[in-house]
Amino acid sequence: MSMTSSTRVVDGVTILDLSGKITLGKESGTLRDTVLAIIAKGSKKILVNLAQVSYIDSSGLGELVAAYTAVKNAGGELKLLNLTTKVRDLLVITKLVTVFDVKDDEASAVGSF
Amino acid sequence: MLTLESSLGSVETLEALAEEYAFAAGFGEEMASHIAMVAREAAVNAAMHGNGFSAEKRVRASFELDERALTIRIADEGKGLDLGTVKDPLAAENLLRTSGRGIFLMKALMDEVHFRKLTPGTEITMVKHRIQKETEA
Repeated sequence: MSMTSSTRVVDGVTILDLSGKITLGKESGTLRDTVLAIIAKGSKKILVNLAQVSYIDSSGLGELVAAYTAVKNAGGELKLLNLTTKVRDLLVITKLVTVFDVKDDEASAVGSF
Repeated sequence: MLTLESSLGSVETLEALAEEYAFAAGFGEEMASHIAMVAREAAVNAAMHGNGFSAEKRVRASFELDERALTIRIADEGKGLDLGTVKDPLAAENLLRTSGRGIFLMKALMDEVHFRKLTPGTEITMVKHRIQKETEA
């Protein structure tokens, strides 16, 4: 299953709920494009919910980094929510856990912006 | 030895085969997922970076399971990988790069990773020792 996404807004924070796999494929670039579309609508507080992301590869990690950089360059903040063990392991191994602000609870994550 | 076209479909095939072999070797779900992922990384390297998704070039792969280890070999017919150009993805100046983590992940998650120059191309050999299944969480 490739990646699917949906967005919702909670207290001024746009939550991007992702599901499936974030890997090299036809959907490459989708995450960054989705984030750019959110920024274009005026939201600069973005919380990426990875609870339903079962799998990510190095291309997917690159997608997350590209999204993070796009939001930062626009003067906003992108944080990650609900990492699965597999995804958290990869972020730790690659030291990307030092780049991203990672949250485990949606309410406190929303309040942290 | 499997011979496959240079396509994302071949990447998916090799990833799935790696996971099957990992389970057959007795690795747990998490390690099998890691092994499948690094096979995917090597297959992407071969099909995309090595062969440029060329219809003229093939990806070759083999899986070997013995009492000691699972060995995965994936080769391309490209110009050859220059390891000297591979940047350290953990260096502060490279953390925000959007690519360049594939080989690092192979080395981080497998016990042995070897590169062999072919004419033309590169063969990546990745080994996971089966003994580790005893201590895997």
